[in-house]
Amino acid sequence: MAATHAHPPGFAHQFETVEQQREAGHLGMWIFLATEILFFGGMFTAYTVYRSLHLPAFIQGSHELIVKFGATNTAVLICSSLTMALAIRSAQTGKSKRTIILWLLLTMALGAAFIAIKLRYEWYRDFVEGLIPGVSWLSGGTHTPGVKMFMCFYFFMTGLHALHMVVGLGILTVLVIMTARDRFSPGYYAPLEISGLYWHFVDIVWIFLFPLLYLIGGRY
Amino acid sequence: MAEHAGEHAADYHEPHIVPVGTYVMVFVALMVGTALTTWVSYIDLGEWNTIAALAIAVCKMLLVVLFFMHVKYATGLTRIIIIAAFFWLGIMITLTCSDELTRHWEIVPQGWTSAVHIARQLF
Amino acid sequence: MSTTTADLHGAPAEPAVNYLNASYGIKSWLLTLDHKRIGLLYLGTITLMFVVGGVAATLMRLHLVEPQGALFEPETYNKMFSTHGIIMVFFFLVPSIPATLGNFCIPLMIGARDVAFPKLNLLSWYIFVTGCAFALYGTVAGGVDTGWTFYPPYSSLYAQTHVVAVALGIFIAGFSSILTGLNFIVTIHKMRAPGMTWFRLPLFIWALYATSLIFVLGTPVIAITVFLLGLERLLHVGIFDPAVGGDPLLFQHLFWFYSHPAVYIMILPGMGVISELITALSRKKIFGYSFVAFSSLSIAVISFIVWGHHMFVTGQALYAGLVFSVLSFLVAIPSAVKVFNWTATLYRGSISYEAPMLYALGFIGLFTIGGLTGLFLASLATDVHLNGTYFIVAHFHYIMVGGAVMAYLGGIHFWWPKISGRMYPDMWARISAAIIFIGFNLTFFPQFMLGYLGMPRRYAVYPAEFQVLNVMSSAGASILGIGYVIPLVYLIWSMRYGPVAGPNPWKAKGLEWTIPSPPPTENFEEIPIVTEDAYNYPAIEAHQYPDAPGVARV
Repeated sequence: MAATHAHPPGFAHQFETVEQQREAGHLGMWIFLATEILFFGGMFTAYTVYRSLHLPAFIQGSHELIVKFGATNTAVLICSSLTMALAIRSAQTGKSKRTIILWLLLTMALGAAFIAIKLRYEWYRDFVEGLIPGVSWLSGGTHTPGVKMFMCFYFFMTGLHALHMVVGLGILTVLVIMTARDRFSPGYYAPLEISGLYWHFVDIVWIFLFPLLYLIGGRY
Repeated sequence: MAEHAGEHAADYHEPHIVPVGTYVMVFVALMVGTALTTWVSYIDLGEWNTIAALAIAVCKMLLVVLFFMHVKYATGLTRIIIIAAFFWLGIMITLTCSDELTRHWEIVPQGWTSAVHIARQLF
Repeated sequence: MSTTTADLHGAPAEPAVNYLNASYGIKSWLLTLDHKRIGLLYLGTITLMFVVGGVAATLMRLHLVEPQGALFEPETYNKMFSTHGIIMVFFFLVPSIPATLGNFCIPLMIGARDVAFPKLNLLSWYIFVTGCAFALYGTVAGGVDTGWTFYPPYSSLYAQTHVVAVALGIFIAGFSSILTGLNFIVTIHKMRAPGMTWFRLPLFIWALYATSLIFVLGTPVIAITVFLLGLERLLHVGIFDPAVGGDPLLFQHLFWFYSHPAVYIMILPGMGVISELITALSRKKIFGYSFVAFSSLSIAVISFIVWGHHMFVTGQALYAGLVFSVLSFLVAIPSAVKVFNWTATLYRGSISYEAPMLYALGFIGLFTIGGLTGLFLASLATDVHLNGTYFIVAHFHYIMVGGAVMAYLGGIHFWWPKISGRMYPDMWARISAAIIFIGFNLTFFPQFMLGYLGMPRRYAVYPAEFQVLNVMSSAGASILGIGYVIPLVYLIWSMRYGPVAGPNPWKAKGLEWTIPSPPPTENFEEIPIVTEDAYNYPAIEAHQYPDAPGVARV
């Protein structure tokens, strides 16, 4: 029986059908995201314990953070999730590669903006004001030792999140290149979908980090 | 068999294409949620501040998961994975807190001064 | 060009082209995407790590022949037991069966051409090797003396040893496990042959699936935990330092959230192997297939809610201790179900006592002892006395060495003809199985007694009245060591000089036995269509037992 198949782009031969490959890829990414939930979850567990045990210190530490930057960054990431979803939809509906690339670049720009706001308006300011434990810490005033514990969590958690953002930007770069090389079509856009899942996950982590870090104890 | 590579299995489901309008509505809802969370934090609700913030965060997460991540149109296996991951996280937090929060020790931070770190071996 | 030697049963000779000779050269191995070659890459790495951990154990037992210690200063002895534990747990036991036999056998047993993500599979191996490299560097540079459990504040504030290097090795190796587990779960879900329903899967696959669930849910937590420990040690800021409001017990909670399920990572695949060995070598369908399958899943699930039993005497809240104690009793039940079902499978089976069966029988006995002694430790009142003593050491070695390592060896022997195409010399295999069994019991049974009498673990010196038992243990260890070296020799020998095995030397059921030994790279010429249940051995005929009142027909 002569094989009269045309190999679709990206088809891997350990699979029998394209559908099997697509489902396997999706399942794999969801399992990976489950591992990420547990990975971040370790720090959320520690956070839960210490917030319960040292609530006044955590409130004081939280008030050192500037809500408007946290809220702005939340909005930035939500926009980037929208643009990512639209990029995938463009591939699904057979839009030109220019359209897909534009949405991807917009997503990257928003992600970069997130990091830029963090670095310039939050972390640099923290550095100058001596709020980074282990790097530049000025005791005294509002910088009580209890605040130091909170700031450890702030930097550990947002730092790990930012690291995941940077990896996401790398992945998006690869996707832009792949799109430019005509790799995607309505019949094959699995890498876009799977990367989209990762990107949305990073957004969700921030959705929780914002209230848990910036809004402890309220601002009334 | 490789010759099936271009064909689809008998139970093949065409991936669902979400309308742009749906995405935009979800986006608006997420922005509203963010504004709401921020606004509520400026109101004194006592302990309910935390609960409100978390509830809004969970709703935002559900919107992202169901619509942006297409879980509304996904298989049961996908949902089980997500539920299992959060359930296991819940186990870790709950059972850890069952110890940490029931010891009822007197939490006196002893002036919060750092211990002497004598470990010098960095790597 | 095929050789013209007939195999043991006069069946066709070794296939001309198989996965071993399909391509030559070191690049074809280091860049392979074939799950079978990757399994062998892991086999080599893991054997090396076993030797390193074994050397540490040998030195420990030599040191302990004298009450004041024969070889080392206490500081050095601390490094010995830490190295032994770290290497054996993270770099040998956790990956052993899944990464070697799992990688090799899963696609064969489910009727697939490879795992779902072959490139990820190779990447997992490279990540593992990198983790091993960091851990070995830390060991050679002077080791760590914190114990394999790395408890702060000692490990974060005071230890002057290479904690960060070794912790980094563990962190990296953890990602290897996560990716392997991910690969296995997707493979088992998505790549089964037509007709291979979940309840026709071999039980080894169920066990590996359950193990992969633990890999995926548990390992990320140890990763973040050692990451936080490393940050605390490097930056001198921390969340486990009591002086700044931190809690060292929080580290223990996060550590054991992984490390308890990790011990089930270490034993579940072994239990899966035993199901295969028992059925094949007693030529009988497993008794209670679905019970055994679900017990694997139950073990995986319950293993996540018992970790506090490692912390009964650490100052944990009594309330939590009660909860964890009750749950720990629960986890024994599915394990017991397996032991009962294996025994019932053996009953009236047509048992042959080749080496794999000897390892399986040894496993059943030794694992049962190890498991039962766990109940003493799950019980709060007795744990207060037994915790921190050699009773614990004996308990987990009965399970890990008497159980997991014996299952690993049994599986290597059972699938060796499939892996290499050759049979090993059976007499030597049986002799070394016996030597291992005897050496093992002589090493570790005295340790139960030592623990009961109160000898603490991790101590470089001990009271003189314990010397006899310690010397017995060390003598046993030397016998055990010999028992491990012999298979290394004859297995390597057999690759060249062993008789050609043919596709199915055991006449076993299972898809892996329907293809040539060694298999071709693509595994199956045509993907099989599965129509029968697992272990579909013919029922034992009534005429074989003329005098039995009601013949057991299965």
